[in-house]
Amino acid sequence: MSDVVLSLQKLHKRFGALQATNDVSLDLQQGEIHALIGPNGAGKSTLIGQIAGNIRPDEGRVYLADTEITGMNIAQRARLGLGRSFQVSSLAEPLSVMRNVMMGVQALQSHSFRFWKPVARDQQLLEPAYEALERMQLSHRAWTPVSELSHGERRQVEVACALALKPRALLLDEPMAGLGPEGSAKLTELLEALKLEVPILLIEHDMEAVFRLADRISVLVSGSVIAHGDSQAIRQDPRVREAYLGDSDA
Amino acid sequence: MTNNTSSGTTAIALAPKADRHFDRKGLVQMALLGLLLLVPIAAYFMGHIYYVNLASRMTIIAMAAVGLNLAIGYGGMVSFGHAAYFGLGGYVAGISAYHAFDYSLFMSWPISVPGSDSLLVVWLVAALLCALLALAIGAISLRTTGVYFIMITLAFAQMIYYFANSWPTYGGEDGLPIYIRNTLPLVDSSNSLTYFLICFTGLVLAMAITSRLMKSRFGAALTMARLNDVRLATAGISPYPIRLVAFVISAAITGLAGALYADLNGFVSPTSLSWHFSGELMVIVILGGVGRLYGPLAGAVLFVMMETLLGGITQYWQLFLGLVLLGVVLFAKHGVMGWLAGREHNE
Repeated sequence: MSDVVLSLQKLHKRFGALQATNDVSLDLQQGEIHALIGPNGAGKSTLIGQIAGNIRPDEGRVYLADTEITGMNIAQRARLGLGRSFQVSSLAEPLSVMRNVMMGVQALQSHSFRFWKPVARDQQLLEPAYEALERMQLSHRAWTPVSELSHGERRQVEVACALALKPRALLLDEPMAGLGPEGSAKLTELLEALKLEVPILLIEHDMEAVFRLADRISVLVSGSVIAHGDSQAIRQDPRVREAYLGDSDA
Repeated sequence: MTNNTSSGTTAIALAPKADRHFDRKGLVQMALLGLLLLVPIAAYFMGHIYYVNLASRMTIIAMAAVGLNLAIGYGGMVSFGHAAYFGLGGYVAGISAYHAFDYSLFMSWPISVPGSDSLLVVWLVAALLCALLALAIGAISLRTTGVYFIMITLAFAQMIYYFANSWPTYGGEDGLPIYIRNTLPLVDSSNSLTYFLICFTGLVLAMAITSRLMKSRFGAALTMARLNDVRLATAGISPYPIRLVAFVISAAITGLAGALYADLNGFVSPTSLSWHFSGELMVIVILGGVGRLYGPLAGAVLFVMMETLLGGITQYWQLFLGLVLLGVVLFAKHGVMGWLAGREHNE
């Protein structure tokens, strides 16, 4: 059990008559990429919300390593080592890449009620942030405002921001969304290298990337996990083909 | 320079730094501050006390706006109730002087609190009380955002306004006179130039503190809370306490300005607590340039000058203020400072 970094246990979430999450249990283990796929409206966003902390489940628990985080807010979960990226890039655009990435480093080192020392030359902040950027091959853009970056670079900054937290688990919400084939291939490569250090729960539409990257895949349909297994098993699962990959290719 | 980073790491390229001393922005800022300092000194020695007091008024209003700018400009918290702190600061000065004047007690139970005619005591109490009030108001108001935040801060300020209006001990709606200006050790605070210099020091300190604060870790977090609070939370920092502390510091600065203002005029009344004044402070911040260090100063100078010059010609001078504000909002998005000194970058 010590290999389990993130685990969801019997999560339920209902919005009025809609059962958005129905008895979902899954886990993320050291060294793997676990992909979560599902058609639109399957409840992926609701599930991510419950992991990240912006949605409270009605029932069930969420654990990060051995700590229960079900009742914690977004910031507390982040400090415990849950890094995430968003489906639509969520960065402070007028600020430089560095200033975005530095926030995570700052959160880890101490509380932010430090009023005097300037951050612009604070090596304690700059170095770890720079390292996170290097991991995403973006250090040459450190002082460029986010607003001047390409879409693909922004996706990399998002991951770098998460890495700055020295996370125990990464939650990546459609990191390939909107990337061209080239950008997608580059990010796939970066994530593949990353998973050895930080396990990744990957929510992704790009099936090519999912089948290439994922060690395990869970398929979410109408709030429930209907299938679970490696890419080979998922490709052949008839329920998945029906619900998600489309019956027409069968 | 000593640093405790591990050896062998390559030095990281720092943010490119502009030459700050001789660029346009630096010149405009120095000219503004220099004129504000030198004109009253010259006026004093030419015997025009009126202009010295006018400059004190500009300086104090600017300081109050520096406080509000920390909330609105740097923190993204559009407070429509900063008159509450300005007025409370003023009433601290007034009430303290009132009790010091007739040797009575502000309260006798459970502890006895006398008045004081010392400016240092007045400032300390004003800043502390305003911080406490802002802590209470902010703790509730910051649970809302947008229009609701504007309205709830206004509502709290109005409560305090009506409270002061209906408290006869301290003059009620007639206000409270301060017969003798509160004093400082060593210097004569009743001298108009001395008092101007005290106010000027207050303004410069408030601006220096704001500047330093915004460059610190706290400032980095506050900036992120304004630009993208989801990003801040995702990075592991809860936005709420950061905002609340900024709101409290902002109120304390505005409250100090209020205390200075009451002692300048020798009078404090509920007018200083009214929503009109909250609105004027907002107008000043917007005129000068939201979120710019020298914006409140430029805004206050412009505002008080228009009030004095145009107000002398017509009592409808605010019509012209409205036109200027319209012009600034439409054509100079970054305020007068943005127009004079160019755009400011966030680094």
